[in-house]
Amino acid sequence: MYKILEKEDIAPGEKLYVLDAPDIARKAKPGQFVIIIIDEKGERIPLTIADFNREKGTITIIVQEVGKSTMQLGNIKKGEGILNVVGPLGIPTHIEKYGTVVCVGGGVGIACIYPIARGMKEAGNRVISILGARTKDFIFWEDKIKTVSDEFYITTDDGSSGKKGFVSDQLKDIIDNKEKIDLVMTIGPAIMMKVVSETTRPFNIKTVVSLNSIMVDGTGMCGSCRVEVDGKTKFACVDGPDFDAHKVNFNLLNDRQKVYLKEEKEAHKKCRLEERISGNK
Amino acid sequence: MAINKNKTPMPSQSPGERVKNFNEVPLGYTQEQAVAEAKRCIQCKNAPCVDGCPVEIDIPAFIKMIAEGDFIGAAIKLKEKNCLPGVCGRVCPQEDQCEKVCTLARKFDPVAIGSLERFAADYEQGRGKIKIPEKTKANGKKIAVVGSGPSGLTIAGDLAKLGYKVTIFEALHKAGGVLVYGIPEFRLPKSIVQREVDYIEKLGVEIKPDYVIGKVHAVDELFEMGYDAVYVGIGAGLPMFMKIDGENLNGVYSANELLTRSNLMKAYDDSYDTPVIKAKKYAVVGGGNVAMDSARTALRLGAEKVYNVYRRSRKEMPARDEEIERAEEEGIDFRLLTNPVRIIDNGNGWVKALECIRMELGEPDESGRRRPVPVKSSEFTIDVDVVVMAIGAGANPLLTSATPDIKLNKWGYITVDEKTGMTSKKNVYAGGDIVTGSATVISAMGVARKIARVIHESFKYEK
Ligand SMILES: Cc1cc2nc3c(=O)[nH]c(=O)nc-3n(C[C@H](O)[C@H](O)[C@H](O)COP(=O)(O)OP(=O)(O)OC[C@H]3O[C@@H](n4cnc5c(N)ncnc54)[C@H](O)[C@@H]3O)c2cc1C
Ligand SMILES: Cc1cc2nc3c(=O)[nH]c(=O)nc-3n(C[C@H](O)[C@H](O)[C@H](O)COP(=O)(O)OP(=O)(O)OC[C@H]3O[C@@H](n4cnc5c(N)ncnc54)[C@H](O)[C@@H]3O)c2cc1C
Ligand code: SF4
Ligand code: FES
Repeated sequence: MYKILEKEDIAPGEKLYVLDAPDIARKAKPGQFVIIIIDEKGERIPLTIADFNREKGTITIIVQEVGKSTMQLGNIKKGEGILNVVGPLGIPTHIEKYGTVVCVGGGVGIACIYPIARGMKEAGNRVISILGARTKDFIFWEDKIKTVSDEFYITTDDGSSGKKGFVSDQLKDIIDNKEKIDLVMTIGPAIMMKVVSETTRPFNIKTVVSLNSIMVDGTGMCGSCRVEVDGKTKFACVDGPDFDAHKVNFNLLNDRQKVYLKEEKEAHKKCRLEERISGNK
Repeated sequence: MAINKNKTPMPSQSPGERVKNFNEVPLGYTQEQAVAEAKRCIQCKNAPCVDGCPVEIDIPAFIKMIAEGDFIGAAIKLKEKNCLPGVCGRVCPQEDQCEKVCTLARKFDPVAIGSLERFAADYEQGRGKIKIPEKTKANGKKIAVVGSGPSGLTIAGDLAKLGYKVTIFEALHKAGGVLVYGIPEFRLPKSIVQREVDYIEKLGVEIKPDYVIGKVHAVDELFEMGYDAVYVGIGAGLPMFMKIDGENLNGVYSANELLTRSNLMKAYDDSYDTPVIKAKKYAVVGGGNVAMDSARTALRLGAEKVYNVYRRSRKEMPARDEEIERAEEEGIDFRLLTNPVRIIDNGNGWVKALECIRMELGEPDESGRRRPVPVKSSEFTIDVDVVVMAIGAGANPLLTSATPDIKLNKWGYITVDEKTGMTSKKNVYAGGDIVTGSATVISAMGVARKIARVIHESFKYEK
């Protein structure tokens, strides 16, 4: 059992959890993830380590409730536990002094971009952060990310916070202002990462994405997480999750994320029904 | 008394019935059947069967006990040499080992040694009381075992009995290695694996699931944490693909993925959350046990049609005969001398068909088997929804790439001193599939036993 020490609503349908996991906290690096299993019948859910505290022995995850398992997690209370947490998994984001690094986080990807922005800042980079979401309600960790950024932007689809538009519009503005950019790091929905990748491609700006393909073991044993990079098959869990954005086959990623759409919908319905029956919201 | 020429048959679920469930296929001997079968053994003085057994079980002795009705005694006898008899009785290729050299086999069926082993182990379990052997006094030495497959469990059990404090670090959330994630429930019930794991824990072994060594702890850190030696038994769990077009389409699985979802994650049971694709038509590529397990799993998931596509002929299939026969009985459609060339999509990112080419057998290759060669212009397609690649597994580099001072061979398997199991890194030993490549449960266990003795010797004279 891994105890939930803190739990917080961070945005509509998005919750933050601080877990007691000292061995993982000791080793975690930006860009790595854990896999959790809620209970005996649960599935293995990969989640980025959004923050870690080595002294306290804790890791933080931020979870968007998109289906059965993530909603079920949402019902677990502070003080209760999660059956399994394994990690840190994946190759850490490569952090070095590049010069100017733009960190682009979309939706729940905002959580994933924070430790990377912090790492890049600590390595002596000039960090420009761009956070994007549908509306201002979905922006979180603004202050936290500001403190590790030299420049900071928000975009929302409806203009309720920051600039109206997509993260890629903001990125394009920065590029057009002739700012020299050495690296763009981007994490978010597949479609957002693809658009960011297309924005930087004509300018030959090195761009790295973190791919969230469907995983099972997370140790390179099953191949569920296959992605195509530079025409070659890679396992996102062990060869990534970071890859050169300009070489990623995003269409394949998008297709493969939908493998279980049918099963997920059924599970989701069942889960909703059970919640209603048990009187949970 | 005349010897019955044939093995006492073991009752089993009928093919029509068993493809609708995940329960075990053979049902095990009754006491009467076991005694009858045990009495077929002529108690040879030279006991060739013992030489045929990779862990040298005293086969005539345990069989004699069964014949005399001392079933518990038989189980204890087995456990002297084999700490996983319930597993081995079910999955060992006895037809290539003890039963192959059984004296009776010269004229009749050999003694059903495997079935008797299974009977004794199950009988002891059924009685509820498992005898825990006396433990030697703790000797103050700590051993870290990486991986909880048959080799890891065996060495952990052996060293614990000798007084070592043993911790097993396992990457997955359940102990057992291939026994829990690979081999299906209908061939090896998970409750049997669990009871063997429980037994190892009762011997004082601590099992830490969710620990991926090379990630959460480096091998060097294990020494810093106070372990005196490390045993690496991480198996050969890297799935292979054919590198043909369409292999990343939705609906293409590695055997490991299909089996892990179904076995370890119990996707076949709707009360579990992990999904698995349930489709009408599957093609499973490969001819080993893994392919048979995948094909039979697909049937039980509700497939209407399951093809097995294998590039050589039936004779060269590496799967156990028994498993091939069961697959045939269950209606798997074997397409032998056939090799996939590409996977065709339906325009929406999903598999629509498997394009294959016919093969014929040419000259023998390095493995001694006749090399399959494609027959020109013989391509044809099979309509399927799911393709399962069961063409073998390789060495997973996760631990070894994080531990560069462990030397590997050109395929990425760990090189060891054959006699001792020592790797190029001090006090680090390795055994099982990560050394030999995909092999058998019993060979992984056998080598682990040997290395347990080497480790014990190495500490014996230390002050
Ligand atoms: C490396 C990595 C890091 C991730 N980090 C985060 C994070 O920090 N916060 C967060 O909210 N989400 C993260 N995800 C996505 C998260 O794992 C999925 O949203 C979650 O598994 C959905 O489960 P569900 O049952 O609630 O939804 P479902 O209804 O089962 O699925 C909804 C969608 O989630 C995706 N998904 C489903 N199962 C898996 C799986 N086993 N592995 C990966 N994706 C899956 C699919 O695209 C699916 O369409 C990450 C995924 C990966 C691979
Ligand atoms: C589907 C299938 C069917 C089979 N059928 C048979 C059969 O009928 N008869 C037979 O004799 N053999 C059979 N085999 C082969 C047999 O299962 C293997 O030879 C045997 O399991 C090897 O044992 P092992 O201990 O070396 O490794 P494994 O059983 O592979 O166990 C290795 C363990 O190490 C863990 N691990 C890996 N990396 C790490 C890490 N970095 N940190 C921590 N833990 C790690 C893995 O998660 C795994 O649990 C079959 C194999 C498969 C896949
Ligand atoms: S070889 Fe066969 S008959 Fe002889 S002792 Fe062994 S099992 Fe019995
Ligand atoms: S999740 Fe299984 S290999 Fe990547």
